[in-house]
This record gives sequence, C-alpha cells and structure tokens, in this order.
Amino acid sequence: MRVLKYLLVKEFKQIFRNKALLPVIFVMPVIQLLIMPLAADYEIKNINISVVDHDRSPYSRALISKITASGYFKLADYSNSFKEAFTQIERDQSDLILEIPRGFESNLTREGRQKLFIAVNAINGTKAGLGGNYLSAIIASFNKDIITLYQTGKPIKQPSIQATVINWFNPYLNYQFFMVPAILVILVTMVGAYMCALNIVKEKEVGTIEQINVTPIKKHHYILGKLIPFWIIGMVVFTIGFFGISWLVYGIIPLGSLALLYSYLALYLVALLGFGLLLSTYAETQQQAMSLAFFFMLIFILMSGLFTPIESMPAWAKVIAAFNPVTYFVEVMRMVVLKGSGLVNIQYHFLVMGLFAIVFNTWAILSYQKTS
Amino acid sequence: MKQFYSFVRKEFYHVFRDNKTLLMLFGLPITQIVLFGFALSNEIKNSNIVICDYANDQASHEIIDRIAVSRNFDIKKMILSEDEIEATFKEGDVKLVLVFPNNLNQTLIHSKTAQIQIIADATDPNTASTLTAYIQAILNSYQADMGGANKPAVQIIPEIRMLYNPELKGATNFVPGVMALVLFLICVLMTSVSIVKEKETGTMEILLVSPMNPLTIIIAKATPYFVLSLINLTVILLMSIFLLDMPLNGSLALLYLVSSIFILCALAAGLLISNSTDSQQAAMLISLMGMLLPIMLFTGFLFPLENMPMPLQIFANIVPSKWYYIIVKSIMIKGLGIMPILKETLILTGMTLFLLLVSLKKFKIRLA
Amino acid sequence: MSNTNIVIATKKLTKQFGDFTAVDAITFEVYQGEIFGFLGANGAGKTTAMRMLCGLSKPTSGEATIAGFDIYKETERIKTKIGYMSQKFSLYEDLTIIENINFFGGIYGLPKAALKTRTEQLIHRLGLEAEANKLVGDLPLGWKQKLAFSVAILHEPSIVFLDEPTGGVDPITRRQFWDLIYQAAESGITIFVTTHYMDEAEYCNRVSMMVDGVIAALDTPTNLKKQFNAQTMDEVFHELARGAKRKSD
Repeated sequence: MRVLKYLLVKEFKQIFRNKALLPVIFVMPVIQLLIMPLAADYEIKNINISVVDHDRSPYSRALISKITASGYFKLADYSNSFKEAFTQIERDQSDLILEIPRGFESNLTREGRQKLFIAVNAINGTKAGLGGNYLSAIIASFNKDIITLYQTGKPIKQPSIQATVINWFNPYLNYQFFMVPAILVILVTMVGAYMCALNIVKEKEVGTIEQINVTPIKKHHYILGKLIPFWIIGMVVFTIGFFGISWLVYGIIPLGSLALLYSYLALYLVALLGFGLLLSTYAETQQQAMSLAFFFMLIFILMSGLFTPIESMPAWAKVIAAFNPVTYFVEVMRMVVLKGSGLVNIQYHFLVMGLFAIVFNTWAILSYQKTS
Repeated sequence: MKQFYSFVRKEFYHVFRDNKTLLMLFGLPITQIVLFGFALSNEIKNSNIVICDYANDQASHEIIDRIAVSRNFDIKKMILSEDEIEATFKEGDVKLVLVFPNNLNQTLIHSKTAQIQIIADATDPNTASTLTAYIQAILNSYQADMGGANKPAVQIIPEIRMLYNPELKGATNFVPGVMALVLFLICVLMTSVSIVKEKETGTMEILLVSPMNPLTIIIAKATPYFVLSLINLTVILLMSIFLLDMPLNGSLALLYLVSSIFILCALAAGLLISNSTDSQQAAMLISLMGMLLPIMLFTGFLFPLENMPMPLQIFANIVPSKWYYIIVKSIMIKGLGIMPILKETLILTGMTLFLLLVSLKKFKIRLA
Repeated sequence: MSNTNIVIATKKLTKQFGDFTAVDAITFEVYQGEIFGFLGANGAGKTTAMRMLCGLSKPTSGEATIAGFDIYKETERIKTKIGYMSQKFSLYEDLTIIENINFFGGIYGLPKAALKTRTEQLIHRLGLEAEANKLVGDLPLGWKQKLAFSVAILHEPSIVFLDEPTGGVDPITRRQFWDLIYQAAESGITIFVTTHYMDEAEYCNRVSMMVDGVIAALDTPTNLKKQFNAQTMDEVFHELARGAKRKSD
C-alpha cells in the first residue's frame, strides 16, 4: 500500500504540474458541454420550400399560406419555373419544391381531381422523408378544407379516428434533454481514455518506464497507480458537467437515483481506463496511441446510439454497438436521468459493464510486461 | 531544389518506415468510411411498439394488422392495462405505446369519431415525433379505406419525387460527411504531431541551423502527408463508389482539385497547432479532444446546421469541413460543375492561405 | 580482487531476435565490490546482455544468477538487489529532485525515516541543497546523470548496472561521476558499467570486451594491455574490433 501511495503522489504531481493538460481536462469538456448540445438538434423545422405557382389562383395562394403557417416550412423562394427552383435546390438554398400546375383551381372545381408535384432533395433521407410526409399531411388537410369551405355540395360525414399524442418524460420535446447527458458521457470518455492511453506511452517514449521495470514494483500496483488518478479525474469531470452544466444551465433534474448513476459511472470508468491501458500497452509511441484512441473514439461515438438510433442500424452494426461500452453508459444516463429507471431496469447494463471492466483490465495487466 | 528533395525524402522515410503508424493512417479512415457508410442512418425501422388493446374488436384488429406489416414497427407485446406503460418505458427498448379505447368499432360506427391514444417515450424527441407521424399515417390510410365508396368529391393527389436519393439511403448523406470529418482530423493529427515530435527530440534544431528557409521546411514536412492523404482519398472514393454505391455524377478532376485544397487546409491547420504547442501530448489533445466533437457537429452531416442558434451557425463557417461537405455533395451527388461551388472553393482556398501565413509567421517568431 | 564472492554468474547466456543472435553464449563471473567494465563497439550486444541481467529482457537460452537469484524464475527478487541507470536519462523531468528521490525510494519500500536521512545525505553529497526543489528537467545534463546514479543506488543494491552513464558530458563531470562510482564500490556495491570511453576502461578493476555478441577478452586492464602488447586500452580495443563482422553504426 505504501508503494501505491508513492505512485499516486507522483502521478497527481505530474498531472497538476502540466499546464497544457489541465485546461484540456477541466475547461474543454465544460465549454463543449455548454455549446455542443445547442448544435445537436434534429427537430425538423424550418424546411426551406420553393414554390412554383403556375396557377396564381385563390386556391393556390390559400394552399401556400397554409403551408407557411404550419410552422414546419419556410418559404425560401417563389420561382417562375421548376428549373429556376431546381437551382435553389442545387445550391442548398431550398430543400423542397412544390409545383402547382396551371389550372389547379379550375380543374379542382370542375373535375374534382388535380395533381400536385413535389420534388424533395433527398440527400439527407430522413429530412426528405419527414418533409415529404409533413407536406402531404398539410395538403390532405387542405383537401378537407376545400371540401367543407369551398364546395357547396353536401358534406360527407366520414368516420374519423383522432389520435391524441402524449409525450412522456419530455413533454415539450426538448432535444437538449436528450443530448446533454449523452454528450457528457462522451466528454468523460474522451478525457479518461485519451489521458490514460497517452500517459503510459509517454513513459515508454521518454524511457522512465525502464527505470520502473527494474524496480521490484508489483504490476498491479503500477497499474492501479495509473488508474486511480484518472478514475478520480473522470469522477470530478462528470460531477462538474452533471451539476454545473446539465443541472444548473440546462435545468435537467435527474429523475432516478444519483447513487445508482454514480455507481454506474464508477464501474464504467474502471472499464474505460482498462481500455486506455490496453491501448497503451500495444502502442509504442504517443502518435500510435493517439491514432488508435482516435479510431476507437470515433467508433465509440458514432456507434453508440448517441446521434443516430441503434435501431436503424443493420444487424452487424448492432453487434458492434453491443460491444461498445459507450452504448451502455449513454443508455443508462438517458434511462436514469430522464426516465427515472431503477436498478432493476439497468441490471443488464451493470452486468455487461462489469464484464468489460474485467476483460479490459485483465487483458491490460497480462499484456503489460515488465520483461520483454 | 536538391535540398528540398532530400528533405522530402527524409520525411517519406519517417512515414513509411513506421509500419504501425502507416497501417493506422490507411486502415483507420478506410474502415471508418465503410463502417459508418453502412451503419449510420436516421431512418427508424423495426421500432418496438407495445399495444394496449381495451377494444379488442374488428377496428382495433385491423389497425394492429396494418402496424404489424409496416416495416417501421415490430409489435413487442400486448399489455392489458395502462399501468404497465411506465415499467415498459423504463426498460428502455420500447419507444411507443398505443392505447385503443373500449368499444372502438361501435364508437366509430355510431358517433363517427373515436379517440386513440399514442403515448411516446419522448426522451428522444426526434424518434418520438417520427414514430408518431408513422402511426398517424397508418391511421389515416385506415380511415381512407374505411370511407370505401364514399370517396371525397375533391381530391388533390400529391406526386412526390425524391431527388438524388430515391431510396432514401443513409449513406448518401453520411459518406460525404464522414469523408470530410475523417480526412480533416487525420491530416490535422498527423501534421500537428510530426513537427512537435522533432521539437521534442531536438532534431528541429538541426533543421533550423541548416541553410533551408522556414517555408521550405514547412512544405517538406507537409508533402508526404499530402501524398498520403491523396492516396487515402482515392481509396475512400473507390470504396464509396464500388462498395457503398455512392454516385459520382460530377467531374472527378474537379473533385480531386477541391479535395487537394481541403487537404492542404487541414495540413495547414495541423502545422499551426504544432507551431503553437511544445509537447506531442498537448498537440494531440488539442487536435482530438478539442476538435473531434466540434468538427463532427459543425460539418453538418449529423444535425442540420440551420437548426442551430445563430451564433453557432456563424461559427460553423470557420470549420473547413463544413464547406468541403457541401462541395462533395454537390460534385458527387448533384453532379454540379465549378460555378455553383465557386464560393465554397474560394472560402477553402482563403482559409488555407490564412492558416499557412499564420503558421509561417509563428514559425519565424520562434526562430528569432 | 581479494574478495571472491560471486555476484553475477552467467553460463552460455544467449539472446536471439529472429535469425539474429545479439548475444552469443556468453559466460563470465563478476565479484562482489569490483568495478566491472563491459566494453564493445556499438551493436556488439552490450545493452542486450545488460538488459537480460537486469530482468528487462528474457534470455533465449543459457543460465545466469544475479546476487544468487535465478534470472528466469526470480527476476522480481533480483530487482530488489540491483540498481539500473539506462542510456536514456530516466528520472521524471517534471518532478523536482526531492520528489524523484522520494518516489524511487518509496517504490523500493525504504522506511520513511531512512528515506529522509538518505535523501539529505544524497543531496548533501551532490551539493544540490540549493536546487533540491527545482524540476529535474531544468538541471544541466551532468547533474542529471549524477543524480540518476545516486537515485539508482539509493536503496543500497548489491549491484548497480550503468549503461553508458557518461555519454555526452564534459570531462570534469565525467571525473566527478567516476568519483561517485568509486565511493559506491568502496561501500561494497558491485558496479557493472558499459562505456565508449577507453580512458574510463582504465578505471575498471576488470574489463570484458564484446565483439559480435561474444566475449573476446576478459581481464584486468593491465593484463589485457600486456596480452595485446598495447600501450593503452584504446589500442586493445582497436586490435579486437578489427576482426568484427558486424558493422558498428
């Protein structure tokens, strides 16, 4: 135990003496947590629409004003021809073209049938799909309006199902509620994994690790001496982000138990730091450690269900997500903080994270050789 | 010129002799493009839904059948009481619960209107509203078919065309985005470390006492990484086109030209970082900790830029990959020529020159 | 040497990297309290041999005991008995002198009181009182190396391994460094040192010359000079190195 104390004192002194490192550990995550959630908003609103109105009739104008009043669409441009509107799409000034053909009103009143042309920029498939759906819904509702308002004929009473939508856990559909806890997970992960991986490789590069390897120090002491400081730093960074930013600034008050959340964080950090150690035992230089950390970090972030839902991934990608520790912590954060899930609901997550912790750390200890 | 060549050759040796690093430089971006190109999508398929069917009659059964065949939903289970909803949501894998009231069929026939409850787990607002929209579309189609013979007197038929990406594939959007992200970060990371490393090991001083001028040193350091990045780009493009079915509608030459500018821009950013820091650790932490998330978000492929608050939209303009993302989409997918992307190209060129000038200046100050 | 307690004994100790035999069946003994010079051209296999003896590298074949412990099975026990100073300077540059001494003393398990007195002695002996709280990274190279040596013998090992300890320092500092080595040897610590400087070879009690992974000669400097009919150790070295097949780099 005394040996461990000396190791810890040394690590903390080195960390707190490194002027370049401290802001990266403590300030950068806070700033990013403050700003990034504002940038991560997928609510589909403000879809830019270009209208080509060949009819210029009361009907067409009524339709256009109904569309712009819906709140989903912003009239980007009022073009004279489809070609003109299309250049707006090419320049990303517009997402969608609505072309109202000549004779729209007269055909509707006389023949009761009329086509409308919609062209959607579908490079972003989701946005396109939703935009198309919204627009169809508005047109359908406009269709009803003209039946009841403009048509003199007897109104047909159709059976109708009205759906009331109740949004639980986040009634105002605030996207930040969804993103802030998850982005905090990513920031804690980056601080922990990068710092831990770099730290040991640096000792390799500078040569001090040789000096350690000729001492009778026990492997597990040395590794604990590396893990504990970053474990504590991870806890501190999380706490600052959780209470300072998430709670105070974004007003996200956790519904579930804090003790449960912190227990999970504690376990998660052990697994994550074990992973960092593992990287550092395989890398020879800091550059290699960084490239490896970068590779995994990108996979951790993009394959964790943080930004895009795991449900929409192909089966093989779901397997990767299942082997990604970040996936579990992101889920646990969202469940415990936003839904108040309890231990029963996340016991599987605990189990998996426990396995990660054991596997990564055992592997790291086994592959860290004092003798080559 | 001869000096320059020998210098460049030395840099190539550095890069190509280190097999592990080389493997990472090539392996990582390629894996990532393929991985994310296939895996990322915002489309919601097979989402678990739970149904609480108090009605248990013809109407509710018909609607449930329609939900069951929809590719958007998997019916996970039927519950008997609304009390079970909360527990269901807390489990985490169910996003939507549908509640049919008692006597749905009777109510529909007699009073012509009936109420159905859609309860969404709105922790993810986007998924919640998308799924709600899907359910409403199913309900609408059910109603329309129920109307049967009573077709409305007036019918507007919208005809929707999906431009560029008729199958609404995720890759069309994500591949250019990941391309911009990965190319940029790899370039910044490589160059930022390479100079700082020479500083740390002391070899920088040897270079500085040589008769070469600082500009030559900078260019020589950047050249191998430039070549590497072009090779990387080529492999990425081949993979995107042949493996991920990305279209290449525009000019390949133009794409390479603009990509070269973008790569130069990233290299210049890396040089600037390495000239402003003294340790590899600091350089790498700045390039990764500091840049990974911002670049990922401000490129605009994950979340629409126009949703962001104004200050952030303005900030996104200084992120080079934002412009490159627009350019790649324009050339590869839309098949546009140089004119429509002139603005973006000029902005990238300007950024590159600016970054180069600043890092050269920093470099000179250090010499003095 | 009057004292014939053997502290290092090797028998056909060999290290291969793939097809390349870096150290080829070397056999020698080192006695307690002597200064043993381990010489050879670059690439002759000195550092590899030394790393095996320190337990940093596993031998491919052969036997060796260090301070009576087996080099295969008892590496961790060997480590309590040895000190090591590598070619690369290897104290922590971002810790102060005192902090480095405390750290290494601590991980060797020195009791607090002993650590305190030895720290004071060490600083006093090196005349570093004024610099004690400075970062090691800010010290001149010569001082760093003297400090590294003192830290390597802080836990009073039976043997200390020095891998080219005086590379890159001025002659005066080298002289001072060797004074430290003599002091340590007088207190009973066996010194195992590799060096490039042939004048330093003269300071050793016995010298071994490695050529192409084998020990080509081993004796006192006086005997070696006699054997090779040479005036200086430098000539002995050139005589031996002439037959080398491996190019020195």
